[in-house]
Amino acid sequence: MPHVLVLVDHDGDRVNKSTYELLAAARRLGDPAAVVVGTPGTAARLGRSLARHGATSVHAAESTEAAEFLVTPAVDALELAVRETSPAAVLVSATTDGREAAARLAARLDAGLLIDAVDLDSSGVVTQIVFGGSYTVRSQATHGIPVITVRPGAFEPEEHPGEAVERTLTLPGVDPGTSARITARRAAPAGDRPGLTEATVVVSGGRGVGGTDGFKVVEELADALGGAVGASRAAVDAGYYPHQFQVGQTGKSVSAQLYIALGISGAIQHLAGMQTSKTIVAVNKDPEAPILDLADYSVVGDLFEVAPQLTQEVAARRTGS
Amino acid sequence: MNIVVLVKQVPDTGAERTLSQADHTLDREDADLVLDEINERAAEEALRLKETADAHITVVSMGPDSALDAIRKVLAMGGDRGIHVCDDRLHGADVLTTAKVLAAAVRTVTDVDLVLAGNATTDGQASAVPAVVADLLALPQLTQVRKLDVAEGRVRAERETENGEATLDAPLPALVSVTEKINEPRYPSFKGIMAAKKKPVDTVDLDDLFPDAAAFPVTRTRVVEAVPRPPRAAGTRIADDGSAGRQLAAYLIAQKLV
Ligand SMILES: Cc1cc2nc3c(=O)[nH]c(=O)nc-3n(C[C@H](O)[C@H](O)[C@H](O)COP(=O)(O)OP(=O)(O)OC[C@H]3O[C@@H](n4cnc5c(N)ncnc54)[C@H](O)[C@@H]3O)c2cc1C
Ligand SMILES: Nc1ncnc2c1ncn2[C@@H]1O[C@H](COP(=O)(O)O)[C@@H](O)[C@H]1O
Repeated sequence: MPHVLVLVDHDGDRVNKSTYELLAAARRLGDPAAVVVGTPGTAARLGRSLARHGATSVHAAESTEAAEFLVTPAVDALELAVRETSPAAVLVSATTDGREAAARLAARLDAGLLIDAVDLDSSGVVTQIVFGGSYTVRSQATHGIPVITVRPGAFEPEEHPGEAVERTLTLPGVDPGTSARITARRAAPAGDRPGLTEATVVVSGGRGVGGTDGFKVVEELADALGGAVGASRAAVDAGYYPHQFQVGQTGKSVSAQLYIALGISGAIQHLAGMQTSKTIVAVNKDPEAPILDLADYSVVGDLFEVAPQLTQEVAARRTGS
Repeated sequence: MNIVVLVKQVPDTGAERTLSQADHTLDREDADLVLDEINERAAEEALRLKETADAHITVVSMGPDSALDAIRKVLAMGGDRGIHVCDDRLHGADVLTTAKVLAAAVRTVTDVDLVLAGNATTDGQASAVPAVVADLLALPQLTQVRKLDVAEGRVRAERETENGEATLDAPLPALVSVTEKINEPRYPSFKGIMAAKKKPVDTVDLDDLFPDAAAFPVTRTRVVEAVPRPPRAAGTRIADDGSAGRQLAAYLIAQKLV
């Protein structure tokens, strides 16, 4: 079986779920070979969980400065791993960092770059959803080793326990004239909620939520459902909720099992980020709101009446009373 | 300081976008074309730098004849000159070719200190062109930036992504891509619009930029199939009579979503 390189997304101690999804996708094409870029010792910490999810080898690209520079260490590591393993494809999560690393790698390899795949078959043909969900496109690379970014949440992680061989990749030193140094980091407040793009349930609030306080109603419903919180751009622009939670064309794209829109009108730019969700529920007091025309279940009503009642019902069911 | 701003013309997102039946590329004939709104912010950032330091702004766009309008708009905002890469052979260009062409166009500008771009375009949404341009030009990439400081030969920037925020630092020359949160772009004044008509714009083709233009592929991927997705249909609709929350809960339970 050919190797398929997978760039591991991690926080130093734990592998992100999107990487397990990549390993599952990679197994359709060959033997997953995980590439870990980090400070010395990272690959040893992560190796076991990678092997449990199907990695047959783990390539450690480690250096003290690997985490201090933006994107380029990952590109260097992948380029080295490609030269050593001649893989059938390279898979990277379609996160911001992942997209950038994959594109730079494809440029260095002069290879076909396939962006934001939601599905993948054994011949290397990927499925993409473009223009905010208006087209489904299947495409393939015609040049070089396909470099594919995979939308988080599109694949299910799979356990596939085995032994992974560990290999070392020697990263070149970073040239501070051609790489940006990361001098400080402030992690997104993690909280107890799942990440927006990974969550199976997303509850979003719009301008109709009316303010920061109003978002408590959105958060309480999200927590009852074990979901993530999202926001429309109007809600973000009005300062009701932080920007990193914006859903839509210029925010995150989510493909949740359940998307609940509270006080969101359903502008085309918002729909672009959520209409590939499986089930859509909308609560809006305006019977003319466009979101009601595409929701699987819609309520014409006041979100401050409907959402708390729903929260209570769900919470009651969860606690089994 | 020499600044290059990369701008793209895109279909207005308020309008419907269609793919051409013939070759699965974007149907530009049916679309309203506008300067991508994040690109306006990249241009605005360049103009703000020009207000505090002596700067010359070159606007670069690759696209069909109509892309000249996008260049003129930035010139009307206050840019100094334009380079329009226009060549029928670029129809259907992929991210790599786009970045190669833009990098080659930037190389024709002498002593570039800063390349500014948007973090993503609303049509392609690759969010990848700036990173590749940085790779090709061997510039540090400071991408997804919502705050920028340029002083004493260095760039400091606040990067914002789904992982949180990071402070970046690099020497000039450098490439920066900005997000929609960085600023509010100005409107071109009437005077600016009139002045823009007289500002120089060079139109170049592939042969002007590459000795071996015929040698590289325009795209390295192929669309096998493109199918319009059926529009979603409205499902159950109720008006709240005081029990909508409970009815909704019952629906979610029946769908096994709770
Ligand atoms: C280039 C571009 C990019 C954009 N990108 C995005 C993006 O990424 N994401 C995004 O979301 N938008 C984006 N937009 C903005 C988009 O066009 C809309 O302006 C925005 O989505 C509207 O947000 P909203 O639905 O919350 O607000 P509104 O349109 O103001 O809708 C608020 C809704 O709340 C309802 N409401 C009010 N009070 C209540 C109540 N008590 N109970 C129930 N319902 C109530 C109202 O009936 C109304 O329908 C973009 C726009 C452009 C031009
Ligand atoms: N054809 C083009 N001409 C000029 N700039 C472009 C072009 N395509 C992309 N860019 C720049 O790259 C940014 C990100 O684009 P993308 O990677 O396509 O999402 C845009 O905001 C522009 O600044």
